[in-house]
Parts: sequence; C-alpha cells; structure tokens
Amino acid sequence: MKKILILFAHPTFHKSRINKQLINAVENMEGVTINNLYENYPDFFINVKKEQDLLIGHDIIIWHHPFYWYSAPAILKEWMDLVLGLGFAYGAEGKALEGKMVFSAISTGGKKEVYCKEGQNQFTINQFLIPFNQSANLCGMTYLPPFVVHGSHNISEKEIENFGDMYHNLIEMLRDEKVDFSKLKLKEYSNNLFE
Amino acid sequence: MHNQEFFFQALIYLVAAVISVPIAKKMGLGSVLGYLLAGVIIGPFVLKLVGSEAGEVMHFAEFGVVLMLFVIGLELQPSLLWKMRRSIFGLGGLQVLITSVVIAVVALLFNFKLNRAIAIGLILALSSTAIVLQTLSEKGLMRNIAGKSAFSVLLFQDMAVIPILAILPILATMGISKSIADSEISDVTGIASLSGWLQLLIILVVIAAIIFIGRFVARHIFRFIAETGMHEVFTALALLMVIGTAMATDAVGLSPALGTFIAGVVLADNEYRHELENTINPFKGLLLGLFFISVGASINFLLLIENPFQIIGFVFLLIFLKFSVLIVLGRIFKLKKGYEFLFAFLLAQSSEFAFVLISFSKQNRLFDNHTAGLLLLVVTLSMVISPLLLIFNDKAISPILARWQNKLEYDEIDDQENPIIIAGFGRFGLIVGRILLANNFKVTIIDSNPSNIEVLRKHGFKLYFGDVTRPQVLEKAGIKNARMLILSLPEHDEALKVAKYVRKKYPEIEILARARDIFHVFEYFNLNVKNVQREMLNSSIELGAKALTNLGFTRYEAYRAARTFKHHEDEVMQELYKHWQEDEVHYIQETRRFSEQLSETLQAEKNYSIHDGDDSWSVNLLRDEMISKSNHEKTNLKKAKSK
Repeated sequence: MKKILILFAHPTFHKSRINKQLINAVENMEGVTINNLYENYPDFFINVKKEQDLLIGHDIIIWHHPFYWYSAPAILKEWMDLVLGLGFAYGAEGKALEGKMVFSAISTGGKKEVYCKEGQNQFTINQFLIPFNQSANLCGMTYLPPFVVHGSHNISEKEIENFGDMYHNLIEMLRDEKVDFSKLKLKEYSNNLFE
Repeated sequence: MHNQEFFFQALIYLVAAVISVPIAKKMGLGSVLGYLLAGVIIGPFVLKLVGSEAGEVMHFAEFGVVLMLFVIGLELQPSLLWKMRRSIFGLGGLQVLITSVVIAVVALLFNFKLNRAIAIGLILALSSTAIVLQTLSEKGLMRNIAGKSAFSVLLFQDMAVIPILAILPILATMGISKSIADSEISDVTGIASLSGWLQLLIILVVIAAIIFIGRFVARHIFRFIAETGMHEVFTALALLMVIGTAMATDAVGLSPALGTFIAGVVLADNEYRHELENTINPFKGLLLGLFFISVGASINFLLLIENPFQIIGFVFLLIFLKFSVLIVLGRIFKLKKGYEFLFAFLLAQSSEFAFVLISFSKQNRLFDNHTAGLLLLVVTLSMVISPLLLIFNDKAISPILARWQNKLEYDEIDDQENPIIIAGFGRFGLIVGRILLANNFKVTIIDSNPSNIEVLRKHGFKLYFGDVTRPQVLEKAGIKNARMLILSLPEHDEALKVAKYVRKKYPEIEILARARDIFHVFEYFNLNVKNVQREMLNSSIELGAKALTNLGFTRYEAYRAARTFKHHEDEVMQELYKHWQEDEVHYIQETRRFSEQLSETLQAEKNYSIHDGDDSWSVNLLRDEMISKSNHEKTNLKKAKSK
C-alpha cells in the first residue's frame, strides 16, 4: 500500500464547489493525508522541517489546487521555493524525494477546448504544467499526467459528483498499487484512465 | 534617654503599621482602616503602648495631608483645574452650605444654642481629605466621575476652612458678655488682628508669590540642584518647598494644605514634576499612615463606654445627614448609575480639620470640655466607619443597583440568540469587538464602565454594565446561550476566575482569553482554554521588526525575522508549558517572577537557530555546490591528463 500526500492550496476554499467535492471524496481515506496549506499556514510561514518530514513519509505527492493564472496559487509556489530545498530535494546530497511519484490535480474555469494551439489559451494544460513537470524531474521523481476538472464556471452538480468519484477511485487505485503505469503514462490526463 | 524613648515610639508605630495594614488589605478593608485599627490597638485603651502624646503625633502627622495635596496638585494641570470650577464651587459650595445648615438645625433640636449649632454645622460639614483621597488613589478612583466630584468638594472644603476659622471667634462672642469677648479677640495675634481687607491683600500677595516662584523661579533652582547630582539635596529642596509654602500660607491664615496644593498645581507643568512626586510620595505615605494611626489611638473609649448608645446614635445621625445631602447634590450634579452612592459614601465622614476647629473653638470658649470631647469622638468614629461604608457600598449597594439597572438599561436578550460575549471593553476588547463587527457578527459587551453607550449601541453592540466575575451579570448577558466568550478584561486573575466558572458550568462555550504572560497562558491551558493571546506579544514583535528595518534589514527580511521569532516563541511556550506542568509547585513558589520567565525562555532559545527555514532562498549554497563540483571536475580532468 502506497501512502499519498495531497498538498491542497485554495485561498477561498469556503466558496469552492468543485474542490470541496474533490476533497470530500478523498477525506478520511486510509493512507491519504490532506495537507491544507492555506489552513495550516495562513501567514505563509511554512514550517519547512515539518513539510519535508511529511514528504519523506509519503510515496505519492499530489499538488491539488485551482489553476490560477495558468499556475498554482501563491502558497504552493512558496512551498516549492522553501520545502524543495537544495540538499533535500535536489543537488548532490538531495535525494530525499527520489523514486516518489507526483502529479497535479487542478480545476480550471476554461473548457478543455480552449486549452490548445487553436484555442483562446493557445497552450495545452500539459504545456502550462511544464515547470511542475521539470521540478519533479530535478527532484528525481516520476511525473504522472494531471487530474483535470475543466469548465468549473458552468459545471453541473451531477458532473461535479462524478469528478469526485473519479478522484476517489484514482487515489484508491494509486494507493492500492492497481494502476498500470505504462498505460497511465500515455494518457493526456489521469482522468482518461477511466474512459 | 530621650532617644531611647523616641526609638521605642517609632518602633511601636512601625510595627503596628507593618502588621495591621497588610492584614487589612488582604481582608479587603483598605489601608486606612488598617492604620486606624492599628492605632486603636496600640492606643491607651487596648495595649497602652502609646498614650496622650498621640495627639501631638497627630498634629505632626497632619503634615501628611499637606504633602498629599501637594502631590495631587502636581498631577493636576491648571487647565484641568479650571475645567473643574463648576463642580468645585457649585457642588462643593452647596455641599458645605446645605450640610452646615442641616446639621445646625438638627443641633438646635438637641438644644444647642444658635451660635454653637452653627459652629457645629460648619465643623461637621467638612469631610476627611486624608481618608477620601487615600481611598480614591488606592482604589484607582481618582479619574472616576464620583472620585473627581468628591475631590472637587474636598478642595472647596479646604478653602472653606479659612472663613470658618474667621467665623468661629465671632460666633463665640455671640451670647457671651461683651467684655470677655473683647479680651478673647485681643488675644488673637498676628495677621488675624489686622483688618479684613488687609488680610485679604496679604493672602493674595502670598498666593501670587507662590505662583510666581513656582512658575518662573523653581525651574532654575531645580536644575541647579539636579545638576549637582546629589539626590538627597533634591529631596531636601522638595521638602523645603513644601514646608516653606505650608508655613507661608499658615502664617497668613490660609490652610497649609490649600497652599501646597496651589504650589503643586503651579509645578504641574514643570519638567521635574515626576522627580518631585517620587521624592515626596514616601514621606506622604508614611505621614498619612502615622496620622491615621494617631487618629485611631486618640479615640476616647471612656467617653464611648459612658454613653455608647447616645454616641453611636450621634455618629450615625451625622453620617445619615451628610449622606442625604450628598446624594441629593450628586443627583443634581448629574451623577448617575450608582456613582451618586459612591460619591455620598465617600464623603459621609467628618474631617481631620474638625480636630483643629474643635480645639480652636474650645480655646474661644465656644464649647465646654464635655461638648468638645463629644464632638471629637463623633468625628473620629465617623472617620473610622467611613471605610466600612465604602465596603458596604461595594458589596451591597452596587450589586443591587447593577441588577436594578439591568432592568432599565440593558437590552433584553432574546432566547434564540447565540451571542458572542466580550468581557472587558477597553483598549484590548475594543479592537476584538471591531474586528467581529466588521465581519458582521453581533457582539454583546460586558464592561464595568462603558462610557460611549450611545455610539456603541448604534453600531450593533449590546451593552451590559457590571462585574463579569458575578455570575448574575454573565447570566443576564446570555452566557447560557452564548457560543463564545472573549475575556479581554485587564484584571487577569479575575478573568481566570470567570473562565473557571464558565468552563465548569457551560463546558461547551468556546472561551478566548487575553493573557498577561506565559504563566497566565498556562493557567488557561490547564482549563483547556487554548485560544489565549498574550497582550503584549504581537505589538512588541512588530516594533522589533521596525527596529530591524531601521538597522538596515529589507522590509521583507525584517518581516520574516519577526514572523520566525513569533513562531519560535510559540514553540518555546509549548516547551515551557511542559516544564511548568511537571514543576508547577516550583513555579508558584517562584511567584511568577519575570526574571524566572526570562531565563527559562533564553535557555530554550539556545537550541534554536532562527533562520533555518529561509536557507532555501539563498543562492549561496547552490553556488558553493557548483564551485565544488566544477573543482572536482577540474581535478578529475587534471588526473586524466596526467595519466
């Protein structure tokens, strides 16, 4: 059984629909730790030692957040800047994260169609996520396809529920080592595993 | 040996004070009552350690009252005094006038002749400056509205002593054959023998001199002496000034207390004010104590035993008459909400001036020995009872009034509500309340002195006056249905008591508390109150950050340093809490000394490096690694070449 750490960053969680559903779906799962960054560090004062210990204690890391300005909310960047330190996550001595798996779980306002060369946003989600991908590479981690919920502005309750179930199932499968990684790696999004 | 005798007397007075005052204070009786009881105990009717010389001691110790008025004057800027003119002359004047008349009328009913009745009225109308002011400062009531009013009245009475001293001999001549009266009058020497206008002129000249010297000359003398760096000379100068003023005003027939009060007010703007206050204060305290002891020792119990019911009857009659006049005047002068009771109880006794006035009247043959002795006893007993009256007011009257006002003034609580209660609405509670209000929460306030009721009500606060330590007040404010209680009162130990009570009776209510120091925090932790905020912590940290900025830190660097320190401080506190739990007895014995706290804190700090977390932002480490790596490669290359 793998241990999973969800690094959750949402500054207005109380107003969220989708992320609330996603978090509800994975809360209280055995082997899953949810680390709510805005709740734990309202002053952005991240306890580096504690965060590094958490990383060491888990096998699969998820950066879970709404997709702000084609990236993560500020606190997750702060977290990366401070926690993924030299000598811990990278550098000659930095081997603590080697072999772990990591991926993003994000929600976007725009529909899937706008995230392509011809679309309004010109780039795909995976292009936007390159900094996360390469950060994982530098740390010697395996980067998996993102879990993406598109079109959050006019998504129905039913659809949200479906995404919640999907997220739950994905995490359950990852935890119980029931995922065929050779298959998963070929997918654009992790969600597509269930198609 | 005369010295031996003096030291023995001093020893008795000091021992009496040192033992009785702390006990009286512990029992909640106040220091005045402690001194008075000490006097009774060492006096001629109990231990017989001091005898007739207590009277002389009392005269000497009356100088304490003079010093006290000087110190009070120092705290009272002339502008402030000017603002009080209405209450000094209006309230004070009416009090002296009406009380004198009422007492005189009652004295007439007791078959005193008119002139004596008037004299008795005038003498007994005065209240004890010594007792009242000591009580006010001890209870922190000097700035309270009732306290201020009482002070105004006392100030007027001090001024009234002068005309009363002038009137008494005239009263004495009434009803006595003219020849005796003439011979009496001619006995009066010095300035009193001059004509009235001349007297007034001399008095004005003396006051002008005090003001002139205080305003323009004193500063230079103080600086000259202060520059010598000899503290005892400064002390001598301060005493010299007070004694000099007292003598000058006494010589022209003015009350020395009033004279030094004027001197104090004149010096209130002076830059040496605090120095003066600190110098005079110990003398003032000791002499006042001595004065109260001697009052206690001078109670004539023989006279009391002879006629106990009559005398006690007189004492209560006197207090009743004074109280009634005071409470009516208090109402007229807009004292409300129980303050009129406080005001009236404060001033219901008779004055130490009465001792002087009675013996003066005796010299003038206005009273015979018996009447004088009786009056003295009544005056003394009224002074002894006065602290008890205040206790009675605190314990019995105020709570009843508070409850009664609850009905009149307080908003009715609706049973459906889940109020957030803020107990203590001063500098701390106000900010807490504003944050809650800004976020659309309704707040219920309990405070013992909310001054801006209208404004607060308009903005959605509900107000309850009263002492939160009393369960009824909490109940009235709706603690039963409350979801949160915020203890922001500055009386930390009281707040802790409230927390204990609420925890026990309503365990489900969330309690948030303001704490004085870490030990106070720990006591809350023990009650399972986790949301505790040390009152000084955040602002001092912020100022520390400002200091760092001024020392060349960038603002973010200073901010990080301050935040780091704050989080570190929390860890230190958790660590100290563990120690404290293991070793609670020890901590209690150490009586929460700050130095103890300091050394513990610094000890825990040793194991902590303050900037650990921020290393990730530094490129230096990365550069170091790069350099060592490239060096490594170079050496490898060299090795390869050499091969």
